[in-house]
Amino acid sequence: MSARDRFTRAAAERILLTDGAFGTEIQNRKLTEADYRGDLGLARDQKGNNDILALTRPDIVDAITRAYLAAGSDIVSTNTFSANRISQADYGAEHLVQDINRASARLARTAADAAEAADGRPRFVAGAIGPTNKTLSLSPNVNDPGYREIDFDGLKEVYLEQTEALLEGGADFILIETIFDTLNAKAGIVAAIEASERLGRDVPLMISMTITDLSGRNLSGHTVEAFWYAVRHARPLTIGLNCSFGAQQLRPHVQALAQVADALIMAYPNAGLPNELGAYDELPEQTAAFVRSWAEQGLVNVLGGCCGSTPAHIAAIAKAVAGAAPRRIPTIGNVTRLAGLEPMTIAA
Amino acid sequence: MTATALTTDTAADTASSSFVNVGERTNVTGSARFKKLVMAGDYAAAVEVARQQVENGAQVIDINMDEGLLDAEAAMTTFLKLIAAEPDIARVPFMIDSSKWSVIEAGLKCVSGKPIVNSISLKEGEEEFLRLARKVRAYGAAVVIMAFDETGQADTKARKVEICGRAYDLLVREGFPPEDIIFDPNIFAIATGIDEHRRYALDFIEACREIKARCPHAHISGGLSNLSFSFRGNEPVRRAMHSIFLYHAIPAGLDMAIVNAGQLDVYDSIDPELREACEDVILDRRDDATERLVTLAEKYLGSDPAKEKEAAEWRGWPVEKRLEHALVKGIDAFVVEDTEEARQRADRPIHVIEGPLMDGMNVVGDLFGSGKMFLPQVVKSARVMKKAVAHLIPFIEEEKEKNGATQGKGKVVMATVKGDVHDIGKNIVGVVLQCNGFEVIDLGVMVPWQEILKAANENQADMIGLSGLITPSLDEMVTVATEMQREGMTLPLLIGGATTSKVHTALKIDPAYEGPVLHVLDASRAVGVASSLVSETQCEPLVARTAEDYRQVRETRAGRGHSELSPLAEARANAFAFDPDGKPPAPQRPGIQHFNDWPIRDLRASIDWTPFFRAWELAGTYPAILEDPIVGESATSLFKDAQAMLDRIIAEHWLVARGTVGLWRCRRDGDDVHVLASNEETRIPFLRQQVKKREGRANMCLADFIDPAGEDWIGGFAVGIHGLEPHLERFKAENDDYSDILLKALSDRLAESFAEVLHAHVRTSVWGYADEHFTNADLIRETYQGIRPAPGYPACPDHSLKPVLFEMLGGEPAGVTLTESFAMWPTSAVSGFYFGHRDSQYFGVARIGRDQLEDYAARRAVSVEEAERWLRPNLD
Repeated sequence: MSARDRFTRAAAERILLTDGAFGTEIQNRKLTEADYRGDLGLARDQKGNNDILALTRPDIVDAITRAYLAAGSDIVSTNTFSANRISQADYGAEHLVQDINRASARLARTAADAAEAADGRPRFVAGAIGPTNKTLSLSPNVNDPGYREIDFDGLKEVYLEQTEALLEGGADFILIETIFDTLNAKAGIVAAIEASERLGRDVPLMISMTITDLSGRNLSGHTVEAFWYAVRHARPLTIGLNCSFGAQQLRPHVQALAQVADALIMAYPNAGLPNELGAYDELPEQTAAFVRSWAEQGLVNVLGGCCGSTPAHIAAIAKAVAGAAPRRIPTIGNVTRLAGLEPMTIAA
Repeated sequence: MTATALTTDTAADTASSSFVNVGERTNVTGSARFKKLVMAGDYAAAVEVARQQVENGAQVIDINMDEGLLDAEAAMTTFLKLIAAEPDIARVPFMIDSSKWSVIEAGLKCVSGKPIVNSISLKEGEEEFLRLARKVRAYGAAVVIMAFDETGQADTKARKVEICGRAYDLLVREGFPPEDIIFDPNIFAIATGIDEHRRYALDFIEACREIKARCPHAHISGGLSNLSFSFRGNEPVRRAMHSIFLYHAIPAGLDMAIVNAGQLDVYDSIDPELREACEDVILDRRDDATERLVTLAEKYLGSDPAKEKEAAEWRGWPVEKRLEHALVKGIDAFVVEDTEEARQRADRPIHVIEGPLMDGMNVVGDLFGSGKMFLPQVVKSARVMKKAVAHLIPFIEEEKEKNGATQGKGKVVMATVKGDVHDIGKNIVGVVLQCNGFEVIDLGVMVPWQEILKAANENQADMIGLSGLITPSLDEMVTVATEMQREGMTLPLLIGGATTSKVHTALKIDPAYEGPVLHVLDASRAVGVASSLVSETQCEPLVARTAEDYRQVRETRAGRGHSELSPLAEARANAFAFDPDGKPPAPQRPGIQHFNDWPIRDLRASIDWTPFFRAWELAGTYPAILEDPIVGESATSLFKDAQAMLDRIIAEHWLVARGTVGLWRCRRDGDDVHVLASNEETRIPFLRQQVKKREGRANMCLADFIDPAGEDWIGGFAVGIHGLEPHLERFKAENDDYSDILLKALSDRLAESFAEVLHAHVRTSVWGYADEHFTNADLIRETYQGIRPAPGYPACPDHSLKPVLFEMLGGEPAGVTLTESFAMWPTSAVSGFYFGHRDSQYFGVARIGRDQLEDYAARRAVSVEEAERWLRPNLD
């Protein structure tokens, strides 16, 4: 049975759990620049290049992954949010992009397989693709609204390189996450389709938008409904929201998405809003209580955490939603769905 | 659905629409104007075409750059990127229209939502068709399939149905979602005189029905303008044909059409004779249908029923009535030609002003006086009047040798006093007075008393009007009055402006001048007061009544005991208690930050509109004011004009918003705060409330929000809106006071909005003590933590602290300079201090005692007299 089918079957039975944050977990380990750098001989300061740890301190990445699996995660994502040519260029490490992604995927694959072997529960590896720090829809120059720092084809190639390396390393799915620019995500979808054609295999996608203001739009201005219409052609395994704010503020937007999306819903909010020092201090029990109410309202199929969440958060969520029924995917009919920044439908 | 319902539905109901208007104006093959703009590279104006379409109800906009002389891929890419940056355009889906796949693909790479591709077809065979369809799907778009195959374009019903059916089967078999398929079964020109074309419309309509039955969930679209191609140049006939075609095609299954949104007639309102002739052609009902329509069409050539009807209402009236109508409605389109017509009929050009124009303005004045018309409309009327007068002036000058100057109702010299630069209110009063037959000699802003007196003498003015917005202007007005007295003048002195009051006028200005002094509350009172002053019968009673009124005010004030003041030491002992827990952290970015071009677009949403309406003397709170039974219509119209101007301000980069922020270490010493800015300690003395307080209420001072026990932080800022001048000059040249006042009022709002937006940015980022997700309403209600009190306002009434603040901010912060009275230039500017303490709040210092004045003067290192001058409003 394919990973897609095994996942769909498991999701029909219960609410599945993805993992929590890598970034804040790595920060807590107070690594030195030497830890990051390893013996790769890179010219620039590597401190903060979390993704490169797959090559230099795989033990750290492995420990965090295993901590999430132990906490109850059914899915573990690769620590590759910034492992793309654009973001790695900041560290002068763009030539290592494929190595990082392959190594990260292998770490996650090995840990997930070990966990599955231990208790028989299926585990999945999501190859994580971040948005890069460039945007296809917005001009960084206020005086020239038509200017763009990157173009579609260039970004597609960046995603394609990362996607293929993640699949090679053993990822079951490709997770396009923290989407602040819908057009970036569309380039990611084209990349996944091309990868699928090249490798001759199914490349299931998990797509996750991030909202940048409380009115419920991402940075490129799309409402959650418009976003869903813009990416629905990818027929993703899951559609959802991550990062944004804490669970409390995210609830109405998860609800809006749950109403229109005929795909599994995955939501992994931050551990509350950062305090004035930029730290997240929402306790595991608090986060768990919020998402439990989502489960009770039948809004979600997959839950997890983003910035500031820890294995303790995942364990608390797992406990809180144990036995809760997963959301039933609605049938939404053959209506034409178009989108500008706002959704538009044309009845048949 | 009927065509009647269609046209009333055009205001985009984007949520769910059963018939979709696709805007056609952003199509170089369909719009000559758009083509010209794109060819000339004027993309800013081309973007406006897109905006207008959406405003006119287009639910999707069609974009086509297929022009031989154009690099269509580049033009498509450029245009799509530009409109992606316009949320009020980008909210609707786009239709990427080209006959070349490479242009379509370039477009798909720029569109972030889910667009429609227009179009692909079976022209090049099945393999190519499916290859492109797969690409369309990979990019996430719906697609228009043209009824075209290897042998050519489908013209008959049978061919249309056959090709569409074949395409549908191929796509659905591939897994293409049927609801994302939109067929274009080709609308061809009819009434061409060629027999084979007679059934084109009918075949299309009948094919719609069959295709819909044959291809579940698919849609049908068409380009409407082809239909009436034979009647190019005859808009009324083309519009009628389009409306009637839709009336029949929509029930048959047409779901969308590429049309000029907003240019469709209501089926029932089409002239029945024309309607029948069009219907005969469309439904192929008679052999001579084409000839009959061609004959009938000549009747409509060069006419536009909507405009014609409107024009028929008043353009046929006698010229006097037309002028009156134009004045009352504020329509300036015909005023020059009408004025010229009236001039030719009149014995003397001045008679046109004294006759029909003044009659018209009297109607405006009456309507305004009786509350049936409001200031924005009056100012628009004045614009029409000015244009008419400007046309007549050369003729009057020519005639002047024969006769002397014009005899208006009276002459008013008006000025904003020295040290003050605010003139919106003065300009409004000037316009209103001119509307009512007064000659206004406007001396502008920052006018010293010498010039005011000189102008009054030289012009033999009937009265002087002074205006001012900031408190130091009150003193300057006293100076003007004193000097008028010294010269032995007797003409009336009118006082107006936001800080002026009847009490101040009665107490300070009236005693300085023996001639009549009158405070005028607002523009609507100005006409009554000025008219009475030039009236032989009404002048004396008004002057006597006012003088008596002011005498009583003085008596009451003299007799009334003031609320009791605490001695300064006692007030200080009752200071607001500092809570260390509410202290903000050290800033993320201390020191000075400049923001040299904050996007005006980002200031738009946080504009507080209520004061904008107040500037126009429309009372009420936004947005309720737009629905107000009395002023709602006027407010709505004004608001629309304001929005249109804002659009241009943003699109054409009229204005530049500059801001400067400083965050500094400080320490508190009693009521002083010592600020360490650029390695220099500056003492900022603050004033403390001295009015005796109830038990449990503190005597507040801004210094109370700074830690008395250790190091703390304070901030300062200035924002200014630059770049109005060229536009104001243009408006002046066009005699357009309305736009002049509108731009100034908007610019003021933008400055306030910027102050608010920048404060939020400081709280969340530059200082960074707050994490906020507020709505605009929250910002206006000031529900956040921290305050930004401005020198010259109640919590910090000393205007003369502004230069101290500006110095700390590096001199000329945000490009703003100060006049001798500490008014800011440009006028649309805001400055102040930042306090970040949780408990910090706004309050009014109100009346202070002599003890604090002397103490303050010493701390401020100025003489008691000087301190007295700046703090006069707070001293009794």
